[in-house]
Amino acid sequence: MSLLDYFRSSAKPTANIAKERLQIIVAHERKQRHGPDYLPQLKQDILEVIRRYVSISEDQVSVQLEQKEDDLSVLELNVALPEERSA
Amino acid sequence: MAKIIVVTSGKGGVGKTTSSAAIGTGLALKGHSTVIVDFDIGLRNLDLVMGCERRVVYDFVNVINGEANLNQALIKDKRVNNLYILPASQTRDKDALTRDGVGKVLEELKENFDYIICDSPAGIETGALMALYYADEAIVTTNPEVSSVRDSDRILGILHSKSNRAERNMDPIKEHLLLTRYHPERVAKGEMLSVDDVKEILAIPLLGVIPESQSVLNASNSGCPVILDEESDAGMAYSDAIERLLGETIDFRFLTAEKKGIFKRIFGG
Repeated sequence: MSLLDYFRSSAKPTANIAKERLQIIVAHERKQRHGPDYLPQLKQDILEVIRRYVSISEDQVSVQLEQKEDDLSVLELNVALPEERSA
Repeated sequence: MAKIIVVTSGKGGVGKTTSSAAIGTGLALKGHSTVIVDFDIGLRNLDLVMGCERRVVYDFVNVINGEANLNQALIKDKRVNNLYILPASQTRDKDALTRDGVGKVLEELKENFDYIICDSPAGIETGALMALYYADEAIVTTNPEVSSVRDSDRILGILHSKSNRAERNMDPIKEHLLLTRYHPERVAKGEMLSVDDVKEILAIPLLGVIPESQSVLNASNSGCPVILDEESDAGMAYSDAIERLLGETIDFRFLTAEKKGIFKRIFGG
């Protein structure tokens, strides 16, 4: 960086932001890659059923399929229910 | 045994064709008979980068359809021995590439060449899938920039699941990372992802780092692969990558910013 640039620019370095964002999105996409094609739709359907009873947002439901052994897969469903408000 | 190497990336404009031309030429310079195949049907450009655009008579799709034989379609490079180009069709679309058709042409090329370099189109449609399907090795061309890195990771997923080797449970495709358009100065300032950042995210072995260089544009302007410009940093970086592709272990160059004199430090440039 030249001395003139030093006074001219106040821009913050952004490479570390790029790296962090990439690590998150790549990890997320790799997880989905190994799942079957129906998984996103399954998640939507589960979300809809739960929404009939409780109002929750998409990020409160996680659906994951894990291959445990050759002949055993585990479907893991995690729902974070909002706090019950007493009337 | 002939090797099929795909040069791929997902994202467009990262340097696949430039790299295919440089790597194919570099392997031929090392004495290996090499053919570079353009898979970008409808958007042919390898011929321009290699400087043989006016010598195209028949193309890849003509050979697949039996309208010409391989010898009629292959273009011999005038500068380097043992180097040939198989141009893409400019008038058809990507659906002209069928798995069987591509497989037959590659089988025939394997009988006559040591290396078959497949220059993939951008995207993840038929052309790109065909270019990587039969590959033994893949050179994943990536820029140090978020969209390119993400697309490269997507391509790695496709190499793992949709290639011939994956479908037949053979040994997986050998993957190489080729980082192009690298600005050591901007990395030093924290403005650009570093080699180590990209390596950490994609987690595949590094084949080469090609610095951003005027010589790359000069090379494509004149239709002469940049690896033939032995004076240029990009040309030397590609030559190093060839050594590594052939199994040598050599140090990486052009990873750090040039030291600037006091004049440049004050006034920039």
